[in-house]
Amino acid sequence: MSARVVSNEPAGAYHLITLDAPAVAAGAEPGQFIAAAVGGPQTALLLRRSFALYTADPATGLIQIVVAEHGPGTAWLVRVRPGTPLDVVGPLGRPFTLPAEPGTAVLVGGGYGSAPLFDLARRLRAIGSTVHMVVGAGSAERLFGTADARTVADSVVVTTDDGSVGVRGLVTDALPGLLGPRGVSAVYACGPMAMLRAVGETAASYDVPCEVAVEESMACGIGVCMTCVLPVVGVDGRSRMVRSCIEGPVFDAGRVRWKDVGTLPVDVLGADAMDGH
Amino acid sequence: MMPLAAHDHESGIRENPGSHTHDHGGTSDATVDMVTTLAGTVLPNPVLTASGCAAAGRELAPFLDPAALGAVVTKSVLLRPRSGRATPRMAETPSGMLNSIGLQGPGIDAFLEHDLPWLAARGARAVVSIAGGSVEEFAELARRLAGAPGLALLEVNISCPNVASRGQVFACDPLAAADVVRAVKAESGVPVLAKLSPDVTDIVAIAGSCVEAGADGLSMINTLLGMVIDTDTFRPVLAGVTGGLSGPAIRPVAVRCVWQVHAALPGVPILGMGGILSGLDALQFLLAGASAVSVGTAVFHDPSAPVRVLAELRTELARRGITRLSDVVGAAHREPHR
Repeated sequence: MSARVVSNEPAGAYHLITLDAPAVAAGAEPGQFIAAAVGGPQTALLLRRSFALYTADPATGLIQIVVAEHGPGTAWLVRVRPGTPLDVVGPLGRPFTLPAEPGTAVLVGGGYGSAPLFDLARRLRAIGSTVHMVVGAGSAERLFGTADARTVADSVVVTTDDGSVGVRGLVTDALPGLLGPRGVSAVYACGPMAMLRAVGETAASYDVPCEVAVEESMACGIGVCMTCVLPVVGVDGRSRMVRSCIEGPVFDAGRVRWKDVGTLPVDVLGADAMDGH
Repeated sequence: MMPLAAHDHESGIRENPGSHTHDHGGTSDATVDMVTTLAGTVLPNPVLTASGCAAAGRELAPFLDPAALGAVVTKSVLLRPRSGRATPRMAETPSGMLNSIGLQGPGIDAFLEHDLPWLAARGARAVVSIAGGSVEEFAELARRLAGAPGLALLEVNISCPNVASRGQVFACDPLAAADVVRAVKAESGVPVLAKLSPDVTDIVAIAGSCVEAGADGLSMINTLLGMVIDTDTFRPVLAGVTGGLSGPAIRPVAVRCVWQVHAALPGVPILGMGGILSGLDALQFLLAGASAVSVGTAVFHDPSAPVRVLAELRTELARRGITRLSDVVGAAHREPHR
């Protein structure tokens, strides 16, 4: 479907792009994403780029995404001018699970991976939950949404690897202080895979359920290409290569086989059929 | 040259096709008869999905009606569930992509239980792609599928490059290709298409061998074996090292293959594919000799691409005064009538 670029502004190391996309905004849930075609009508870049929704407002029809320039597709996107039509598909993917009862949630975002957590925080607060946020990045300019965090969360910890802002260290360094004493009912995280693994393992050590939105490279975003798979343990105990676009991007952190991502574990369903042909 | 003024002969490059007139008896879209016959099977129109680019149809349902297509070509199914390869499985390339999925799929049992019935219930015609590591596996798959509701045709994938033999596939050897086709034909209750690889010295020889073995038609082309190396890590990008190249980058190769095989074997039905993004791209394949086309990688760019290509093809035929799709099949081989 065609959306229209409303604005495109630098935000630290990233770009914040606002789109007029009422059909996406109408049904979007926190953790879902859009897949945007890049390069214009005559593009030679065939594959869509996927971005988590930072905001989605059904009342105005506006959605926002955060884009980091790291290839020819995102280089085009960060330079796209207001008024430009943009072909987007969405909302896509499985969103974060909201609890049936209010509780206390810890939301952990790394780099621009924090983008989907602010709408999630608003939803959690709306049902009466208490929200603590940890927002971290390598350095100050790679943080995203620290000002938002202060408006949507009951407490905020900012970390940077280099100590340029907030507490020097990793987001996981802040977790024991939050998970230890406070009766936390859920952890939600989005960011680089190594961070998600560390957050998931920390949450597990405190016996707190943890949902993560993964970042896997996708070609189609709609479940047909089988590119964005990772090994995940099912409810039946069997591991499968699971598509992060439609079975994710949000997963129970405890079910993702983090150390096996990027490999083909021998006990994954159907791995035995890969021999010979 | 052509009976219709469609080229800018001065530049040799057709930059702006919209500015050219096709008013040689132009007609309205609705009057174009889009029915085609593929390997003896009548299809309401000539635009199909491509194997591996539509899963088993269900994922595309939010974007298109599977029954509105000529048929849905399903991702190759094997006897057993198959995990596919490790990631990364994909690399974008100029006007195309490499994939190294490794035929991930649920296996024939789950396919027959869930996937084919879903297509049948929606009135979609299914071209089921089958793949195996041996002649016996192909034959067993054909046996399991025989008589299944919704099954219109079998497409025998003897040319997937993402197998352990790294492109040394059945479709590279006329005798091996014929063995598979013969075994599948013996078990199949529906017409059989053999899917060919362009990575051969003489695709006409492979095509002839498959037809002699009983193939009712040919699907061409599968992906070309390719590779990308990461210049930061100094290592191949794909976990599987090599992958299959698809997309508009391979379109001229595909049109050439269809042309050569149709010229040599004009009576053999062809399902043409390779980088079709638009109705005019599809028309090239029909003119080269294909009776129908598959839209594959374009789906990753535009999930509704197959129905869009169908609509565009209908419009382009109407603009050219064509009232029957079958009239353009192989037309590029015919002498011009000035």
